[in-house]
Amino acid sequence: MLRDVLKEEGHSFSRLVALLLLSSALAPGVPAKEAAPAAADPALEQRVMTLSAELRCLVCQNQTLADSNAPLAEDLRNQVREKMRQGASDSEIVDYMVARYGDFVLYRPPFKLTTVLLWFGPLLLLAAGFVVLLRRVLRRRRAQDPEMTASERKRAAELLAGNEAERR
Amino acid sequence: MNRFILPLAAFAALIALLGVGLTLNPREVPSPLIGKPAPHFELPQLHEGAKTFTEKDMLGKVWVLNVWASWCVSCREEHPVLLDLAASGAVPLYGLNYKDKREDGLAWLKGMGDPYRLSIYDFDGKVGIDYGVYGVPETYVIDKLGVIRYKRIGPLTREIVKDKVLPLVQELGRA
Repeated sequence: MLRDVLKEEGHSFSRLVALLLLSSALAPGVPAKEAAPAAADPALEQRVMTLSAELRCLVCQNQTLADSNAPLAEDLRNQVREKMRQGASDSEIVDYMVARYGDFVLYRPPFKLTTVLLWFGPLLLLAAGFVVLLRRVLRRRRAQDPEMTASERKRAAELLAGNEAERR
Repeated sequence: MNRFILPLAAFAALIALLGVGLTLNPREVPSPLIGKPAPHFELPQLHEGAKTFTEKDMLGKVWVLNVWASWCVSCREEHPVLLDLAASGAVPLYGLNYKDKREDGLAWLKGMGDPYRLSIYDFDGKVGIDYGVYGVPETYVIDKLGVIRYKRIGPLTREIVKDKVLPLVQELGRA
């Protein structure tokens, strides 16, 4: 469907290149920094990025808030930073995001009745695979070790004896 | 023959599951705001920046809040539907001009017609965040007690207005 994705632009790559060129031209040896408002406090910035890596960018959906260059992601990162400056804990900020955007913002979905299949589905499939494997192996083993009737045993013994007689 | 039935059935089930998945729109994230009180805001109006508007002004009325922006392409597509909805007088329609330049927003309304009783001006998008806006346009139906009853992410269409918005507005108006 035609929908605006909050000015999400494909220029992030060219922007990055331009930024790299600029930073290498102006300040050799200094790593390129993100264009987001620079925080004076590197520890806080580290906390912002760590938490942002747990949150989904609603616009790009398969990027985290930390990775995304979408304007909304920038706004939300600023919101996270602001809340942290005000002394909010990580879980308070996560609750803040979930209250607005739902569980979908979480890259690690919470354990709930509706998400049980999500969490245990792969384990169930693995267990089912083991059951199938086990049954096949047992069936094959049974086929390789057939029961012999008394007459069959007798015939086998005769054949073996005959062979030995021939060899002699 | 028998040994093929189980894998075949499993495969068919998988195809059915993926087929259903294809019909869903991954961008439509269910909003946790449905059934919750509309988040508080007090914002300047777009036309008269000195005046403010808050959701509390609308207590006791059923109303529709539409998030729009002049840079939003789908809003252009949606605009005639909003004009018709406003002209029908079925429900008061308010706009939230989201992360826009004031002059751009005003020019848009001047050029395309203004369906809103008034628009509020959310320059930094903070109120947008409180309302869980992530794709413009978005539309909220808010009841007399100030509770969000419906949210549409993406442009309203005539079908949605006729089948969802208007029946809900009528039902809420009776309550």
